[in-house]
Amino acid sequence: MKSKKRVKLTLSYILLGLIAIASVYPAIWIVMSSLKVGDSLYSETFIPRQLTFDHYRDLFVQHSDKDLPYLKWYWNTLKIAVTSMVLGTIIQVLTAYAMSRFRFKGRQTAMTTVLILGMFPGFMSMIAIYLMLLQLNLLDSPWALVLVYTAGAALGMFVAKGFFDTIPRALEESALLDGAGHWKIFTSIILPLSRPIITYIALTTFTGAWVDFIFARLILRSRENWTLAVGLYEMVNTYSSTEFTLFAAGSVLVAIPIAILYMFLQRFLVQGLTAGATKG
Amino acid sequence: MNQSKSAALPERTRGAGGAHARTAAWLSVLCMGLGQLYNRQIVKGLLFLLAEALGIYFIITSLFTNLMGLITLGDTPAHLEKVGRLYKNVPGDHSIFIMIYGLVAFLFLALFLTFYVLNVRDAYTVGRLREEGKSSPNFRDTLRYASDKGFPYVLLSLPTVGVLFFTVLPILFMILIAFTNYAAPDHIPPKNLVDWVGFDTFKNLLTLKAWSRTFFGVLTWTIIWAVLATITTYFGGIFVALLIEQQGIRFKTFWRTVFIIPYAIPQFISLLVMKNLLNDQFGPINQYLRWMGLGGLPWLNDPFWAKVTVLMVNMWIGIPVSMILVLGVLTSIPRDLYEAADIDGASSFHKFRSITLPFVLFQTTPVLIMQFAGNINNFNVIYLLTGGQPANGEYSFAGSTDLLVTWLYKLTLDNQRYNFASAVGIIIFIIIASFSIYNYRKSRSFKEEDMIQ
Repeated sequence: MKSKKRVKLTLSYILLGLIAIASVYPAIWIVMSSLKVGDSLYSETFIPRQLTFDHYRDLFVQHSDKDLPYLKWYWNTLKIAVTSMVLGTIIQVLTAYAMSRFRFKGRQTAMTTVLILGMFPGFMSMIAIYLMLLQLNLLDSPWALVLVYTAGAALGMFVAKGFFDTIPRALEESALLDGAGHWKIFTSIILPLSRPIITYIALTTFTGAWVDFIFARLILRSRENWTLAVGLYEMVNTYSSTEFTLFAAGSVLVAIPIAILYMFLQRFLVQGLTAGATKG
Repeated sequence: MNQSKSAALPERTRGAGGAHARTAAWLSVLCMGLGQLYNRQIVKGLLFLLAEALGIYFIITSLFTNLMGLITLGDTPAHLEKVGRLYKNVPGDHSIFIMIYGLVAFLFLALFLTFYVLNVRDAYTVGRLREEGKSSPNFRDTLRYASDKGFPYVLLSLPTVGVLFFTVLPILFMILIAFTNYAAPDHIPPKNLVDWVGFDTFKNLLTLKAWSRTFFGVLTWTIIWAVLATITTYFGGIFVALLIEQQGIRFKTFWRTVFIIPYAIPQFISLLVMKNLLNDQFGPINQYLRWMGLGGLPWLNDPFWAKVTVLMVNMWIGIPVSMILVLGVLTSIPRDLYEAADIDGASSFHKFRSITLPFVLFQTTPVLIMQFAGNINNFNVIYLLTGGQPANGEYSFAGSTDLLVTWLYKLTLDNQRYNFASAVGIIIFIIIASFSIYNYRKSRSFKEEDMIQ
């Protein structure tokens, strides 16, 4: 009996080890590639014989033979992601709060509409948005992208609504009796309790904008206005065989801030994911 | 206040409402704001009058032409015109802009009419108050009322406008496009006009050989993909979670953290990296296989292997999420169930089958169906990894691994077959909607149940 258990445990450890290797291998490989001398994809050894930080430096200097304004892309992406995060989080939290706490006319219709709108493929509306922005002369502007992200933010309100549903109503009712207004109740009772869900929403909207490829590619037309996602995709497609190590360095720098955020805020992510799942 | 709810609109036949209410309501029907002025609500009345004036102005100046445009979609194509002795190219009507203007006009009209109804109702309600001998609320009262009872509407006004113009309007537009002939090469404005064609696009998609072969091929793969991708990540997640939570396994937090790493890397980065990792000639995976004396595999270049590859990469991306979910569920299973099973001498397999699995399945079925719907629309994994490749000679504008969504994307951005793209979008919507409705029903019934059998 005991030896059987030991065999089972050993097998489990082997499996866990294999899965762990599979989980981290691509990440380590890309870091190694970014430190490699030369520019090709092919490498004879897993750990390069010679390590160099040249590719990281290359990202930030001007080249005459290729047009890769990496620093500009990074700045664009940061600007767009932060603004969308702030605006999107406000919109989403307010929508979820209104839907969760108030019983008003048209509430049920609004909820059904949000559900139905969520079932259309997100970029089915691409062409219409493109044409509208063209007419408004907003094409190729980072603010247009922020506008598109923010305008759609309300549709993702179900996770936050599920969270607000769990806050006991008695809290507000006693505040109402004390003569507090709705806004006062929201800012001084609900908001402090909602830190986990706000962190979750802020984090997901930030990463959503940080990694979005579809709308960024549609709206941002000129090279110097691109975001990292568009730029890196282009880098892989046009330079992948010749500039692989440069791409690797670029990817590492894009992934690091997000990975750090995720690791530090893991707790909130797990809470948000499970809340969204069980509330349905 | 409450009586007014039952009588939404003034009707003589209903006989409700006395002189004041009826007069005010009819005055408001005549012109917005008149009823309010009659009720001696000066500020409110003037505001409504202003709204009426603006509305009339827009209807006269542009609304009507724009709405007509929605029907005709323009009637002057680009043509040559003789100016003096030279022929000059005169731009014609741009059907697509005409359509968008028409839709915007339509939305404005709808908003205007809603406002009108509200105005009539308000005049009626205040009239009733006056009949009951109360004085009409003044503007300050109205504002106070709005900030109290109207608070949710104030909160929702901005999001609603955003959703209306950037989600609802574009979706309506695309639905309309499916019923036109807006497609390259013959119907691309401003060179040509676009016309309504009814259900022709859908008919062509389903019956014309060149289109139907692609459509059914891509649809079949989309469904196979969605089923397999969902099942593999879901059960993979359960498996990994159980592996960690096993009795006797040490460093649980360490394993959990390591396994979350794929989730923490931005998806587009990991997909582009995977694409290179699996490169046929120079990628390290094939390199290792060759070292071990095995031939490299055509990971992304063979129709069959490309499908296997996207499924495997999707597992790498998706398992962490299911694992997190399942770990959450596992902690919520009451310990005493296991203790009772131990007393009864149940084997660990038996415990898994009769306690763990039903619990996990019960808690996560709604997510399972949501993930299925998400996988039907999984654009990133396919587009960034294979781009729909390898090519398939039998398909029009699609490759072997293309899903309906990536096909839609290519039809729109690369090939300008807008009407077909919209038709595909509508079909995707129908598929997802039916699953979601099923899911919704199911989760409702779940909530009413409180025992697991």
